[in-house]
Amino acid sequence: MSKVMSHRSLERLGRGLTGSCVAISFALVVTLIVMVTYHGLTTFIVDGISPVSFFCGDVWNPHETGDNGVPLLGALPMIVGSFAVTLLSCVFALPFAIGSAICIVEIIPRIGRTVIQPVIEVFVGIPSVVFGLIGLMIVVPWTAGWAGGTGYGIFSAAIVLAVMILPTITSLSVDAIAAVPQSYRLGSYGLGCMRWQTIWHVVLRSALPGLLTATILGMARAFGEALAVQMVIGNATAIPDSLFTPASTLTSILTMGMGNEAMGTIPNDALWSLALILMGMSLVFIAIVHLVGRKGANVHA
Amino acid sequence: MRERSAMTRRQFLGCIGSATAAAALCGLTGCSASSGGSATSGAASASLSGSVTAVGSTALQPLVEAAAEQFMNDHSSVQITIQGGGSGQGITQISQHAVQIGNSDVFAETKLSQPSDANSLIDNRVCVVGMGPVVNKSVSIDAISLDDLKKIFTGQVSNWKEVGGADEAITVINRASGSGTRATFEDAVLGSTKAPDSFKPQEQDSSGTVRKMISQTPGAISYLAFSYFDDSIKTLKVDNVAPESANVENNTWTIWAYEHMYTSNEPDETTQAFIDYMMSDDVQQSFVTQNGYIPVSGMKVSRDAQGTVSKLS
Repeated sequence: MSKVMSHRSLERLGRGLTGSCVAISFALVVTLIVMVTYHGLTTFIVDGISPVSFFCGDVWNPHETGDNGVPLLGALPMIVGSFAVTLLSCVFALPFAIGSAICIVEIIPRIGRTVIQPVIEVFVGIPSVVFGLIGLMIVVPWTAGWAGGTGYGIFSAAIVLAVMILPTITSLSVDAIAAVPQSYRLGSYGLGCMRWQTIWHVVLRSALPGLLTATILGMARAFGEALAVQMVIGNATAIPDSLFTPASTLTSILTMGMGNEAMGTIPNDALWSLALILMGMSLVFIAIVHLVGRKGANVHA
Repeated sequence: MRERSAMTRRQFLGCIGSATAAAALCGLTGCSASSGGSATSGAASASLSGSVTAVGSTALQPLVEAAAEQFMNDHSSVQITIQGGGSGQGITQISQHAVQIGNSDVFAETKLSQPSDANSLIDNRVCVVGMGPVVNKSVSIDAISLDDLKKIFTGQVSNWKEVGGADEAITVINRASGSGTRATFEDAVLGSTKAPDSFKPQEQDSSGTVRKMISQTPGAISYLAFSYFDDSIKTLKVDNVAPESANVENNTWTIWAYEHMYTSNEPDETTQAFIDYMMSDDVQQSFVTQNGYIPVSGMKVSRDAQGTVSKLS
């Protein structure tokens, strides 16, 4: 190559290439949001289902019509189920995640950062169907053994999800704790604090915004997880009255119904509405992460 | 320092990922090239070419895949792609003419928002699938009446002792609302009776999962296609009729459905040739029976989209 491209055109080429990448990703996100919103709102606008009955009704049977001639579309059981598994799995996972993060960063940093953290990060990449299978083979029979019933339900789903989100929360918590400036710790030791007092009063307090972000991202993953949950929750569209009876989540009903309904029919539109709720919730999660991040930045400043 | 090590780990994983993808791609192209090369085509079939895409029912997928592979061996310049996605997908795609064949477990009329749209489709009934109630091995009964079966699936009966079995709770496992298997079972067993809204049994998506759950859960009952029957579960006679192909053929076993391969009103030559091949004895007497289906040619009755059964002479 004898002639080298001039600096100016090279700059322009680089800008064009990266710019088009951004433009394509941005356009994709926007079209996706518009499409899900459009289809999701069809249920209410075109099919004439009242949003009140959709969000508060507890009977989900898209192929049957009720006494008033309107299809039975009450999404409340799935909404309750989704929030229940998300919160419960967080309750299960959080102590283990924060505890191991503290251990990795503060107590055994050498082994923690070179051996334990990479192992945990490998966990993040394990496909959810694997967790689902393990849940089906081990967690469900185990739960049935001591709690009675069939073992399918919110409890089993929360256990499986807790194992799934544990590495996500741990990994992000490690980053948050490691980001606490060393000078804070040294200051604390200088004042005569023990390691435990330092961790509890200084490190965890400074890392709080990061830990919150880690938790919320874990919750977002739990909320959106479909396959593993669907395999162990039992998929009964009833409002759960116990942690050990079959329930359902937005995602489990979506994955089960998707292939069965033809486009343009009311059952299909109803599934899009469930997708819209899911998308709305994940936007809320992301918004919270941004808010927490901004607040954290203010604190550190 | 930490950041950098994280980067290299990620890059390392990325490398492995792309290497695997590349290897898979090579494998695929290598495979298709070799099958194209080894194909032997007769003089008559040499004229067929082009590509056919069939989308839809996952229940029908293994059968169509097996037949398509054989068909492509015989016609080297034909490419047939089979995709799953579910019956609803199959009917959506064929009614939009996005594909050449839409596979479905149910009549298109029951899925489309405008049932008259089915008039622009040709219904090729390639085989019949029989379905029957299956229970966990702990259940002591071997036969059940249609009436009791109806009571179980509408929640009126919740203990096996009420239908002649041991004192054991019944766990009903349904298929997803809208699934073809469930529609067939409910049409045949429940008829016009509807399960009350308060009865909300578990639902599962795939036949394989249902079988696994039935084998694991004491007192469980569900329904499966004959092809999924095996030793891990127990099948029930209904009104003293055994779930067997011969009983489906003369409609004494009433829980059965057609597998449909819908095409447009004017299918292209290659698509029609493939459909003809599906209906030929080559497929009907080998792949169809091997996959646990019942050839259409053996049927002594026929059934229409409204469920009306008529005798074939």
